[in-house]
Amino acid sequence: MKYLPLIWAGLWRKKARTIFTMLSIVVAFLLFGLLQGINQGFNTVVQNLDVDRLYVTAKTNLTDGLPIAYASRIKAVPGVRQVSYWTYFAGYYQDSRNPIPAFATDPVALFDIYKDLKIKPEYLQAMQRTRTGVLINEQLAAKYRWKLGDRIPLGTSIWTNKDGSNTWNFDVVGTFDSSDLGGGFPGFYLNQSYFDEAAAFGRGTVHYYIVAIDDPAQATAVSQRIDALFVNSANETRTQTESALAQMQLKQIGDINFIVNAIVGAVLFTLLFLTANTMMQSVRERTGELAVLKTLGFSDGKVLSLVLIESLALCAFAAATGIALAATAFPLLKPIFGNFQMPGIVVAMGAGLALLLAFISGFAPAWRARQLNIVDALAGR
Amino acid sequence: MKTFRQIGAVTLMNLRSLPQRLGTSAVIVIGIAGVVAVLVSVLAMSTGMLKTLTQAGAEDRVIVLRNGSASEMGSNLGRDAVRLIVDAPGIKRDAEGRSLASVETLRLVNLFKQGDGTEVMVTLRGVGPQVLGVRPEMKIIEGRMFRPAVNEIIVGKAAKAQFRNMNLGDQITTRGATWTVVGVFSSDGSSHESELIADAETVNGADQRGGFASVIARLESPQAFQKFKDALSSNPALAVDVSREREYYERQSETISKVISVVAYVVGGIMAIGAIFGALNTMYSAVSERLREIATLRALGFGATAMVISVLVEALLLAFIGGAIGAALAWLFFNGHVVGTTAGGVSGHLIFELTVSAQLITTGIVWACVIGLIGGLFPAVRAARLPVVEALRAV
Repeated sequence: MKYLPLIWAGLWRKKARTIFTMLSIVVAFLLFGLLQGINQGFNTVVQNLDVDRLYVTAKTNLTDGLPIAYASRIKAVPGVRQVSYWTYFAGYYQDSRNPIPAFATDPVALFDIYKDLKIKPEYLQAMQRTRTGVLINEQLAAKYRWKLGDRIPLGTSIWTNKDGSNTWNFDVVGTFDSSDLGGGFPGFYLNQSYFDEAAAFGRGTVHYYIVAIDDPAQATAVSQRIDALFVNSANETRTQTESALAQMQLKQIGDINFIVNAIVGAVLFTLLFLTANTMMQSVRERTGELAVLKTLGFSDGKVLSLVLIESLALCAFAAATGIALAATAFPLLKPIFGNFQMPGIVVAMGAGLALLLAFISGFAPAWRARQLNIVDALAGR
Repeated sequence: MKTFRQIGAVTLMNLRSLPQRLGTSAVIVIGIAGVVAVLVSVLAMSTGMLKTLTQAGAEDRVIVLRNGSASEMGSNLGRDAVRLIVDAPGIKRDAEGRSLASVETLRLVNLFKQGDGTEVMVTLRGVGPQVLGVRPEMKIIEGRMFRPAVNEIIVGKAAKAQFRNMNLGDQITTRGATWTVVGVFSSDGSSHESELIADAETVNGADQRGGFASVIARLESPQAFQKFKDALSSNPALAVDVSREREYYERQSETISKVISVVAYVVGGIMAIGAIFGALNTMYSAVSERLREIATLRALGFGATAMVISVLVEALLLAFIGGAIGAALAWLFFNGHVVGTTAGGVSGHLIFELTVSAQLITTGIVWACVIGLIGGLFPAVRAARLPVVEALRAV
């Protein structure tokens, strides 16, 4: 502890240099925290998607659709708590450039499966009473200024209704809060029963089923039971957990991991070079001072640790600041990802990297300081 | 004139002493190389994707979708509608007088990537009998064309290279049908090379879905567009959107290239800030190492401008070298690197090559020079403001 002032003085010997070095380390760890945080966060969000939710899609492809008659048969499978479904409506409001994530569903069952969706019970009751009713999330309602009781015309590029038109009129009967599930979660629901009646074609089909099960540990067994029901039928099914489906879709976007790691690698390499250079320079300039320390009786080992600790203090402080900055940016991402925090693993990785950085960049100059010969150093040789 | 001579002399002298400051100078070069390499590599993704998608669009082709469709995947045209569209005026006709239009339908097929076996959704495109007349760039490079009414498909060159089970004679299952691969086609490197193609009626017959997604037609000339569009929009029996094919594909890639650009500029921007601090460090220490030299020159009567310029030129030169190294690294490692994604505006998995274009290299080097300029400016001003007497004494 008594060496603290000495280390402090060493760090601030050249203020501008230390500040600039520190700032670039802060920037690097800010970037590291953001990129790795989002990357890891994606993974955790996907992994934590409820394992007690299963998605049943057509085996051939999830866009192929399944008969609505499957609902009651799936519901009868042991271990199944609740069944709902989604039919993609391909909606848009006024102009095709304003797409609306609209789905036809069984709303009561859907809100029973997704407990994170917050809705007033009276809205759900109103939805059951109103055939042409729709439930919309608060973000969407605010964006288009839709209020309870509004009648809104929605265009669709797929479904023609029985009037021969592709504009459907709906009545807003309620809103709900889906912010816990993130911005990607669909926010516009119409009654499948009404849709099925009013569509000119494609009736009796849904895109996929969402199944809530009693016991997450039984996910695989229940999936197999559901798929076995329809094997060798014209519409074979494929049942997987919500998290497995999301992982599959995430994987299709491309190798995010690789890109993130490549960028972080480039940043850290650059940084390592910069910090090492600063430390080297600082030790070179202090040759005389270090020799004086040795003359005063500081052992070789002590001089080595002094320089190493200096490097460590620089890196650790700057890295902590960078990661903290990144963590404060995370709540801003809630509209996109839903509940989302800086994962602890990223903080741990950051700490490890900071240590590594401090050691690698500090070791060569520290060793040089250790090897200093007093007479030569004082003579300026 | 005197100032110019001074600037020349001081700058040259300064540059000649650069090798003595190799270590600190390398900080600028490597720092900026990192920024530019990341920026250029990430932007190479959107450039490559854009190139592959726009390659699919020809000047004299139009795409007709159901009114309000954002893409082919979300479009549904009935049989009556497509008949009216195919017969519209403005469409080119072949020697036998048949209209050069292809009525198309889309499905997604689950396939596995070679290598890691990732499951991806690939577009199966059902096309009309005139497809080769409509898309003359499409060439069978292996095997033969599919025959209508039997379950045969041809696969794109990129699809064959990326997915499993794409060799002649292999079989692919979709709802209601098993298809045999009978040929491989190329299409000028366009996004169609990521697709599988079969006869539209056969595709629709297999799963008993009636509708079509789009009509692609070749016009008599690019100028016939308005005539064609007017004919369709004035027909009360039709509710369709007509676009030039190239514009359609540009629109499809808009969102994703915007996302990639934002990522590139945000990440690149943050890195650039870091690099500026590195550059400031380097240039401040360069100035302090030259303290004696600068003071001496000033005492001899050299002007402040010459000092400023000499420092700026050094910073710019180092930045330029860094930028060039970064761009070269990006080009070396990533140009032509094949990647696939389902994030594009098109429905199925899109395969494309990262493209480091001349324009991207220029962007990278401009960024490098701006970083160098900012990093050099403050130290340069310091060099100019040094009080001569104190500086001489300090050494």
